[in-house]
Amino acid sequence: MKKLKLSKNIKDNSITYGIIIIAYVIMQIMIKTGHVSSLMQGLLVPLCVYIILAVSLNLTVGILGELSLGHAGFMCVGAFTGAFFSKCMQDVITIDLLRFILAILIGAISAGIIGLLIGMPVLRLKGDYLAIVTLAFGEIIKNIMNVLYIGKDDSGLHFSMKDSLSLGLDAEGTVIINGAQGITGTPKNSTFTIGVILIILTLFIVLNLIHSRDGRAIMSIRDNLIAAESIGINITKYKLMAFSISAALAGIAGVLYSHNLSSLMATPKNFGYNMSIMILVFVVLGGIGNIRGSIISAVILTLLPEVLRGLSNYRMLIYSIVLIVMMLFNWSPKLINLREKYSLKRLFKKPKEVQ
Amino acid sequence: MAALLEVKNLGISFGGLRAVDDFEISINKGRLYGLIGPNGAGKTTVFNLLTGVYKPSEGVIKLDSHNITGLKTVEINKAGIARTFQNIRLFKDLSVIDNVKAGLHNHFKYSTIEGILRMPSFFKTEKAMTEKAMELLKVFELDQEAEYLAANLPYGKQRKLEIARALATDPKLLLLDEPAAGMNPNETKELMDTIRFVRDNFDMTILLIEHDMKLVSGICEELTVLNFGRILAQGPTGKVLNDPQVITAYLGE
Amino acid sequence: MSFISYLINGISLGSVYAIIALGYTMVYGIAKMLNFAHGDVIMVGGFAVFFAVSMQGLPTFAGMLLAVVLCTVLGIAIEYIAYRPLRQAASSLAVLITAIGVSYFLQNIALLIFGANTKAFTSVVTIPALKLADEQIIISGETIVTIISCIIIMTTLTLFINKTKAGQAMLAVSEDKGAAQLMGINVNRTISLTFAIGSALAAIAGMLLCSAYPSLTPYTGSMPGIKAFVAAVFGGIGSIPGALIGGIVLGVIEILSKAYISSQLSDAIVFLVLIVVLLVKPTGILGKKIQEKV
Repeated sequence: MKKLKLSKNIKDNSITYGIIIIAYVIMQIMIKTGHVSSLMQGLLVPLCVYIILAVSLNLTVGILGELSLGHAGFMCVGAFTGAFFSKCMQDVITIDLLRFILAILIGAISAGIIGLLIGMPVLRLKGDYLAIVTLAFGEIIKNIMNVLYIGKDDSGLHFSMKDSLSLGLDAEGTVIINGAQGITGTPKNSTFTIGVILIILTLFIVLNLIHSRDGRAIMSIRDNLIAAESIGINITKYKLMAFSISAALAGIAGVLYSHNLSSLMATPKNFGYNMSIMILVFVVLGGIGNIRGSIISAVILTLLPEVLRGLSNYRMLIYSIVLIVMMLFNWSPKLINLREKYSLKRLFKKPKEVQ
Repeated sequence: MAALLEVKNLGISFGGLRAVDDFEISINKGRLYGLIGPNGAGKTTVFNLLTGVYKPSEGVIKLDSHNITGLKTVEINKAGIARTFQNIRLFKDLSVIDNVKAGLHNHFKYSTIEGILRMPSFFKTEKAMTEKAMELLKVFELDQEAEYLAANLPYGKQRKLEIARALATDPKLLLLDEPAAGMNPNETKELMDTIRFVRDNFDMTILLIEHDMKLVSGICEELTVLNFGRILAQGPTGKVLNDPQVITAYLGE
Repeated sequence: MSFISYLINGISLGSVYAIIALGYTMVYGIAKMLNFAHGDVIMVGGFAVFFAVSMQGLPTFAGMLLAVVLCTVLGIAIEYIAYRPLRQAASSLAVLITAIGVSYFLQNIALLIFGANTKAFTSVVTIPALKLADEQIIISGETIVTIISCIIIMTTLTLFINKTKAGQAMLAVSEDKGAAQLMGINVNRTISLTFAIGSALAAIAGMLLCSAYPSLTPYTGSMPGIKAFVAAVFGGIGSIPGALIGGIVLGVIEILSKAYISSQLSDAIVFLVLIVVLLVKPTGILGKKIQEKV
């Protein structure tokens, strides 16, 4: 009986991994045969970043059932700590791959710790209140990055919140994080292949967590907090676990992001609440709690504006209309009834379904 | 021999309202005990006090001679009290078997890392959990529906699943809050058999809140009657049900 | 003396936040949804005035009227088309995302019509500045009008809700939609009315905001919208006096921290205060405590 269930999970997960790997292989072949424009190639790493962000946010929103609008903040932490490490160690660790792996680890751990620190006080808030507080934290992280100056010289690291002069570096010293100018000259270690490997790593962690004892505890809190308490499940522990793992994975996405750019700055566009909202859109549109759905919607919604590029100014307008129509179509009870009546049901995924 | 559950002078106020006052109860191991009373008498509040949902303003709760007064819900469950709810509270987007396995959470362990990396302990423990869960589901004739989403079960089976989940935590004392609510006479009769079966086969002590007098008189050995937050009568079922005070409280003057 | 000037500026900015927060709070109270597009209605109000006055040469009053009417109609239309179908949806996230879609939609419509360049907004306020204490304190006409508008709006709205039938219907719907319906209240119409009032207030807020900070882009409404939302949560979402308190406190904190601490960190400080308040009082200063029945 249970064998059946386990193998069903394995089958389901294998499909998810399979889609990623097949898409990767096809993409590689197309690149080798020159069928992919350079514009499109430039999109591949960001696409991996968005997929990791969407999958990791789904852990908070879909599996833990808490609304977070600060996911971009954790990405920001990962991006800066990872890039900072790479810049500092550029001359010390000369093997690119090793340094990058360490940067990823450091980005993930820092974002995870920040997630834990933020989660401890805020996770007792609920629903919309939690949403606004996470949004606030995301904005605070972004703002702090804009006034943070860190420099390095022979006597070690120097910090300031004012300007680069007040770092008091000696003549040999270099400014690594330069306030609003951020970090420049991060080694460009991110590649599509590494991106895909990181996606698979993220999936491995998230999917295996969901289908384990801890995942069950997390989902039981989502479904009924009072009942979960009554059967002895430690609410705080599991909320924090889901939230900080989700943050750590967002940190990985951040490291991937920052090592794809020659200059890293914290702007409203990349680490502001608009980014957090965009990731949330991926998650909700792909199906809350549906990991594969998050991946698919992240891909479609990232590529859609590019496909519509020919329409120039109209593309974002069309994007917004598509978004509204898809939400109405997927969630409006009246339209759901209508769809079922005309038995188109098979064509569309059921909105809430843990795969 | 000391009683399994020993409650003395338990009370709580909400604002100025005295919801439960001077509540006392003593339940021996293996008993099937009923807590009855008119609507709003404070029965569910007593359950909430016993399970730590509310902190009592005063009084002492002892389980198996251990003082559990003021502990958190999670700790009280670990100490050995499990419950069901008046308004069913299942994990509705989890499968039936996962609901029970969630109940087994504190008795079968492996670390997060072992789970994520799918180490041998993961497979071993999960297998043992599944076997234990299926065993419980069989008792409640839910084994055929093990893979269903809990939300898709019919009402009567949802109530049974809640009991199975509570039992999975391996309690000493089981609290059932209106287990027969919304059931038809046939289902109620079946439920009575199940409750008796649980008591006999799991060596369980059960305290239940119920309005269905047929169920109460049919299976409860002892009763406590609450009215306006205070104890109106207490003792063996037959005696309590014939108490003129109790009859007045239920039927009016 | 400069402290008093900053304080007055803060109250003025806070008054704008309060007027926007009112829209958030009313809509949240009644429809239980975060209307993320609310901030963009502010921007539409600003552009309506800009279009009528600066581009068509109409009198200021005509421009203001156009803005209010346009935003009111827009608010009703948004609710009818985008939010009403999702009122019974299985997840409250659905309508949140739709609201985000509406927000993008309004921004991009404005972008198509007016372009991305910053427009110089001509102030709708013509009264002169007030000079106090030997011209050491100068209170601009915009500041005076903003604060007075805020007081008038708050008073009118409180009277409307407490004294009129429609206002009582709003309260009833926000308490319990089903019961309100059974009492013969037209729930759909009441919700439409709430959106209409909220959007009209957004139009007024838009004019005041752009008069005080005279630059207008399709994204003008976004950040003030978020801040006003923070103000609404801060004061206790669903509460009208809460919106006022939240708005003023937020405005004052923002201006003072800009002046005395760091202009780059002022937003961070505002958000930090919100977090602290919510951690101490999880439903905001004047929010009601909700307990789940076990």
